[in-house]
Amino acid sequence: MKKFGVLVVLALLVVGVLGVQAQDSPVELRIAWYDDGNEGTVLRDLLDRFEADNADIRVIVDTVPYQTILDQLPLQVEAGEAPDMARVSAGERYRGFYLDLRPYVADPAYWEASFPAAVLQWLRESGEESDALYGFPNQFTVTGPFINRTLFEQAGVDVPSDSSDAVTWEQWTEAAAAVAEVTGVYGIAIDRSGHRVAGPAFTEGATFFAEDGSVTIDTPGFRTFAQLLLDWHSSGLTPAEVWVGSGGTYAAGAPFFISGELAVYMSGSWQIGNFATNIGDAFDWEAVPNPTGDGGSTGMPGGTAFVAFAQTEHPEEVARVMDYLASEDIYREFVERTLFIPGHQGLGELDYQTDVPAAQQSLQVFAAEALKLSDQAYELQYGGEAFAINNPIRDRLTQAITGELTLDDAIARIQEDVDAALAAAAAS
Amino acid sequence: MAPSARASDRRTHRPGFSLRTLFSPITWLLSLVYDGIVNVVDFIMHPLQNVLGVRRMAYIFVLPNLLIFAIFILLPMILNFYYAFTGGTNLFPEDRPYVGMENLNTLFTCGNFLDPNTCRADIFWRALINTGGYVVSQVTLTILLSLISALALNKGLIGRGFFRSAFFYPVLLSPVVVALIWKWILQQDGLFNALIVSLGGDRQPFLLSAQWAQAWVVVISVWAQMGFYTLILLAGLQAIPGELYEAASIDGASPWQSFRSITLPMLMPTMFVVIVLSIIRAVQIFDQVFAFTGGGPGTATTYMVQYIYSVGFSNQQNQYGLASAASLVMAFALLLLTAVQLWLGRRNEAT
Repeated sequence: MKKFGVLVVLALLVVGVLGVQAQDSPVELRIAWYDDGNEGTVLRDLLDRFEADNADIRVIVDTVPYQTILDQLPLQVEAGEAPDMARVSAGERYRGFYLDLRPYVADPAYWEASFPAAVLQWLRESGEESDALYGFPNQFTVTGPFINRTLFEQAGVDVPSDSSDAVTWEQWTEAAAAVAEVTGVYGIAIDRSGHRVAGPAFTEGATFFAEDGSVTIDTPGFRTFAQLLLDWHSSGLTPAEVWVGSGGTYAAGAPFFISGELAVYMSGSWQIGNFATNIGDAFDWEAVPNPTGDGGSTGMPGGTAFVAFAQTEHPEEVARVMDYLASEDIYREFVERTLFIPGHQGLGELDYQTDVPAAQQSLQVFAAEALKLSDQAYELQYGGEAFAINNPIRDRLTQAITGELTLDDAIARIQEDVDAALAAAAAS
Repeated sequence: MAPSARASDRRTHRPGFSLRTLFSPITWLLSLVYDGIVNVVDFIMHPLQNVLGVRRMAYIFVLPNLLIFAIFILLPMILNFYYAFTGGTNLFPEDRPYVGMENLNTLFTCGNFLDPNTCRADIFWRALINTGGYVVSQVTLTILLSLISALALNKGLIGRGFFRSAFFYPVLLSPVVVALIWKWILQQDGLFNALIVSLGGDRQPFLLSAQWAQAWVVVISVWAQMGFYTLILLAGLQAIPGELYEAASIDGASPWQSFRSITLPMLMPTMFVVIVLSIIRAVQIFDQVFAFTGGGPGTATTYMVQYIYSVGFSNQQNQYGLASAASLVMAFALLLLTAVQLWLGRRNEAT
């Protein structure tokens, strides 16, 4: 009886193990993903079609908050627990961990012709002379302001960009204040992000990068915009929740704009889908060109890349999924349905699927903005030092806004933080 | 022996058919599996016992727990120590260059230790000062209010059971839930401000002004934790023999006198536990505040653990060495606090 019992348990275990192995399951691939708008839904739809034609592959999309992609994905990857693929906004963070898709994709020449060389290079190790294909940009973004035209009309204030091609940030501030004065809403806001501040700072004449490769934050242009940001807060022109009430994280001013409580909102092209869905035609909104200043007129480039990690156990299957999503028709459908500016150079005229005229108009404005980005802006985005610069700007300026630091001290601290982060990275 | 004999008695008296007959094949199979599992364990343990002897078998039983302790507590502690003296942003220990005291130097380079602005790691000092202020105010308030409510509950007031549950209820909530509930109440367009506006007042920047935010963080954590300590103190109060109060009242002692001469001294051992627990917990404050204010406005509610977390993990700069060094400082502070408390406790016992 005793021995018999032991045998039964062992037999059950063996049957269980064999049973699990015997199942002929498709290869499971995982994508770490985050959403600004409807792109997760569109992606799932496209993947469902892929799976229908490729029964041997199942793709699971793990949608997480953007902050998780920023904070946890780098650790996961470095610890050897990378997903097979991911949507990332800081492509330089994972250099050295990407899977070179060149040996696996059907037509590497298509990839090279379709995607900007700068973005493909962005994913390679600095100084790496290679033709490796680590991923592709699935979205190109440009920062720039939106306005609530209905509020301007209600207040009887002229929209400055209607009569001039070169409106300054100071003029926008004045106009926004006039609108706020009459209508009782907030005048102007900018996302709590160093990346968002950089465009206006460059416009005011800031230069972070010198020829010799050094990084300097304290320039008159940077000071001008930092002071303007402080003034927006001290005068109550901007909703304090965005910069002061958000602790140490990224925060968007979008909820205030969507609820019609904000006249001018500095954000970027990725908000278009969000606004088309959540504002629609509830009021007249539109994108306006980036203001002009001593440094010209520039926003910040940006966007996300869809990348594959070398830790995957199924490189061939990963490449099939990547090839599918990068293919012209699928890519076109993705951006047309998500209202993204494509990072694909060969799509030609796009037929954006929105019946919101403001979305169409804004897409055109941002497409024009993409052509006038400054060298400093490109250097910050693709030079590999953004991780050391953007967050200190965000966090130290917040301290200046709350009064913990003077603006002078804040700028000195930004420089110290940037130097420390660059030194730590260099020591690795 | 006896129970099984009784069971077999019952078996002989059972009726001809019952549900049990229907299930008997299943029960038989289950008992077979159970027997099997027990015997597999026996299969391994018996020879082991023959080799090791009965006394040493105890080590085998504590081994799983010891392994968990070693992997999840001891190893990270040792690694933390090592990381504190290395630099760079690499994750794996073997890729990290040794930098000696550099991280600790960074933390302790200060023009004036009372002014964070003169320190190289200014946020570290802000976090340290914030934590100090929080610990003092939160622990004092928690102990005071827990004591008062325990005394009230011990007085057999009407609805005692209800109040006991009401005080304890927040303890059951996850810290993040507590934070989110209060955030909804206190934010600019939250419940509290709506109430104030409807009564004709002006909105208050509960989460946007440093003073308000710091105060609310204390209030909320007192609210969330008080019930736990109240319960412990109540148990302590109920363990004080009633005869003592009787004797005191016969001797003509006033309520205040019996509180000072009987309740407080008799409650001291319990009180001591409560103080130790609440201080350690207060120093480690993180999750609730992180979800509630995120450490803001500015750095007004940034405490030590959040500083460590943000330097190491959330600021995209991954300065694990600096974070580990700050952890060491915090561990040292906790060690010191515990030592002082132990010493005070011993002295207390001795008197």
